Amino acid sequence: MNTNTQRTYFHVGQKWHFFIPAIVVAISGLIPLGYLIAKAFDVESAELVENLFRWRNAKLFLNTLLLTVGVLILDILLATPAAWLTTHSDLRGKRIFSVLCALPLAIPGYVMAYALLAIGGNNGIFAALFGKSLPRLSGYWGALIALSFYTSPYLFLNLRSALLGLDPSLEESARSLGCRQFGVFIRVILPQLRPAFYAAGLLICLHVLGDFGVVSLMRYETFSYALYIEYRIYTPSAQNYAAWLALILLAFTGCLLYLETRLLSKTVLHRAGHGTSRHRTLTPLHKWKRAGYLYLSLLFIATVGIPAGTVFLWVFRGFEVSALNGVLEALVGSVGVAVPSAVGCAVLAVPFAYIGVRYSSRFSNTLARIPYIIYAIPPLAFALSIIFFLGSRETIIVLIFACILHFLAEATGPVRSSLYQASPHLEEAARSLGCSPIQAFFRTLFPLLTRGMLTATALVFLATMKELPLTFLLRPPEYETLAVNVWDYTGEAMFAQAAPYAFVILIFSALFISPLIHKEEK
Amino acid sequence: MFKNRSIIFNYFFSIFLLLVFIGTLHAETITLYSGRSKSLVDPIIQQFEKETGIEVKVNYANTTQLAAKLLTEGKKSPAALFWAQDAGALGAVSKEKLFENLPKSILNKVPKIFRHDDGYWIATSGRARVLAYSSERVKTEDLPESVFELTQSKWRDKVGWAPLNASFQAFVTAMREQVGEKRTEKWLRDMKDNGTKTYPKNTPIIEALDAGEIDLGLPNHYYLFRFKKGNSKFPVEQTFFKAKDAGNLVNVAGIGLLKNSDNKKTALKFIEFLLSPKAQQYFVSEVFEYPVTEGVIPNANLLPLEELLKIVPKFDLNEMDDLEGTIKLLRRAGIM
Repeated sequence: MNTNTQRTYFHVGQKWHFFIPAIVVAISGLIPLGYLIAKAFDVESAELVENLFRWRNAKLFLNTLLLTVGVLILDILLATPAAWLTTHSDLRGKRIFSVLCALPLAIPGYVMAYALLAIGGNNGIFAALFGKSLPRLSGYWGALIALSFYTSPYLFLNLRSALLGLDPSLEESARSLGCRQFGVFIRVILPQLRPAFYAAGLLICLHVLGDFGVVSLMRYETFSYALYIEYRIYTPSAQNYAAWLALILLAFTGCLLYLETRLLSKTVLHRAGHGTSRHRTLTPLHKWKRAGYLYLSLLFIATVGIPAGTVFLWVFRGFEVSALNGVLEALVGSVGVAVPSAVGCAVLAVPFAYIGVRYSSRFSNTLARIPYIIYAIPPLAFALSIIFFLGSRETIIVLIFACILHFLAEATGPVRSSLYQASPHLEEAARSLGCSPIQAFFRTLFPLLTRGMLTATALVFLATMKELPLTFLLRPPEYETLAVNVWDYTGEAMFAQAAPYAFVILIFSALFISPLIHKEEK
Repeated sequence: MFKNRSIIFNYFFSIFLLLVFIGTLHAETITLYSGRSKSLVDPIIQQFEKETGIEVKVNYANTTQLAAKLLTEGKKSPAALFWAQDAGALGAVSKEKLFENLPKSILNKVPKIFRHDDGYWIATSGRARVLAYSSERVKTEDLPESVFELTQSKWRDKVGWAPLNASFQAFVTAMREQVGEKRTEKWLRDMKDNGTKTYPKNTPIIEALDAGEIDLGLPNHYYLFRFKKGNSKFPVEQTFFKAKDAGNLVNVAGIGLLKNSDNKKTALKFIEFLLSPKAQQYFVSEVFEYPVTEGVIPNANLLPLEELLKIVPKFDLNEMDDLEGTIKLLRRAGIM
């Protein structure tokens, strides 16, 4: 394969089509970072050093690392087989299974934690069903399981998108050279999935690093737990301390990004042969078919069935029909933010992915990873800085703008993966036939990116449907969303009233992402 | 497909803009930042709108988030009123001098302990700290009489608390005032050493009592009633400690008028309404909170106000803005 494909294709003068939008987005997203740094140096606090360099913080950091590694491993174990089964095997109902595997993303983390907690214990669901109580989940294992369940779709969707884009001739060549089925998977398919693994891995890491809902309910103290505590206190010194904790997390994110850049550099995955790739033939599972169905069903029961079942049981805890009054309004509110955010992210992800894949200067590598830095800024600080700079113009536009900037990182991964699989020769050919760079992009490359963009849309849509902190601080008065209602009712221990809102999130998310997943396959 | 969806969105968005437009034409509107959740206060706000014809534009969020928002916005804030869930947040906004002094006519409606010394804010309802216990595993005669007994070895690994909760922090502030820094710090350390379990907020404490994870907990008083509403046999009960014990603190939900609001007269009407018998009765009967004015029919589940005032420890909600000191103590004890 040609390993020197990355640099030589375009003249400097043509870069601006992608660089200008990326730079504009990056600058607007990094203003909050500036605000955070300003806050960090705002107050001269004597206790800051003392607070920052406590043994406790080191312990929390270690806890965070352990949890992150654990979640990554468990997610790989959960999502890789599922992604392969729903794309390459000859199982039936792959499309439905795909939607179901993506669905845990529609469940807010704290609801997942509540659900898992509800199974065990004296009067838990398990005890009610089988008359014997299970111990209640908590601590490291509780946090690990809850976080893995609801972050596994990140890996699943990224892998699936990459698997669908694989060129089957590679596998065929490997097989013709004597590789067995499993060997093909390890030696040919897995290396092709690297960008997808890294992109999803980054998102999962950032999720674990920023999570408060799950770890606090599971009583496992991590670094972000400490951060959230400080944000609950409005004294200037606490804000100052919180800003430093946030900067430490950002520095850690920076390290992860650097690592990922090193791992991905010089990756060339597009096909080098002539013509277009052939349609794939599915791998027959024969006697393993049943095991395949069983695996996907168990995964569904664990990651969606348990939380959905728990939410259903909430209905029996004093439901009042009046709780349904606000559901439609909240649905319109949620969709009103989620759809434009998802589409906006999918579109804006293209320049970032393009810069990251097609250029490889230090500048382009940094620029392409800025969405992840923005994503790692604690949402509360992000929202406050927007309030600081824009005043209190709480319009829906500001909220959507904030969501697009925040969730852009979720969209870049899938788009980048599909870009890796698209050959730059196509653009070159179009250019040589007299197309302008823009024409060349839209005629040749863009159709190949739709798969990644659809995955990106689905991911951001699901994430925005359950978004809380940005919505809380930036929504206009009287603007309701489903997620806010679920949070509000569960917080006041009115679980029965929270149930319909949680269900509508789940059902509507499934309805929205199934056409995307359907289209992806074509 | 996307086209259709964006059309739908545009449609709703233009309706939304239209509503905003109509809203601005409306003669009297006030903007309220409510740290009290919509599920609790929406009915009473609607009642106010119906009776007065004044439109209340509400921004709901956590009390803490709204306090942070107000402090970030400073004088530019569009809010006329800030209705908070705890005295500490009101104290923080008072400290920045963002609140207007309330008129005497309003302040005099409540006992002195339920308002700010300089009249920057006034309580709208009371929320008590209680001892919740598992009725399956703890006999009433074994219950501790004082919050200080929770450090005994017989309660090892059996107590739950929520030290991140603003009400809990208010309780620690009150304890510092009552028994001094040293004894409070010792209590916090002893509690931690005794294996006290940390929950993020009150609801999970009650759930953990039900599940058998703990036997005793230190939540606010009104959550349990909501569990009981759905299941009258719910195996958790609650009680107060002995009279004047630090564990019996009453925190408040309270409201303040922002200096920069251009519509103060209208905003004051809302505060007056919250202190009216009708609103107070709503807090008592529907939200299970304590009233701050007299002449309310007591809730059978709650102590009458006079009784409650007899058992609460001496405290001064004005001191609640000394959150900094409490945080320092919690950090030193390794709890946060």
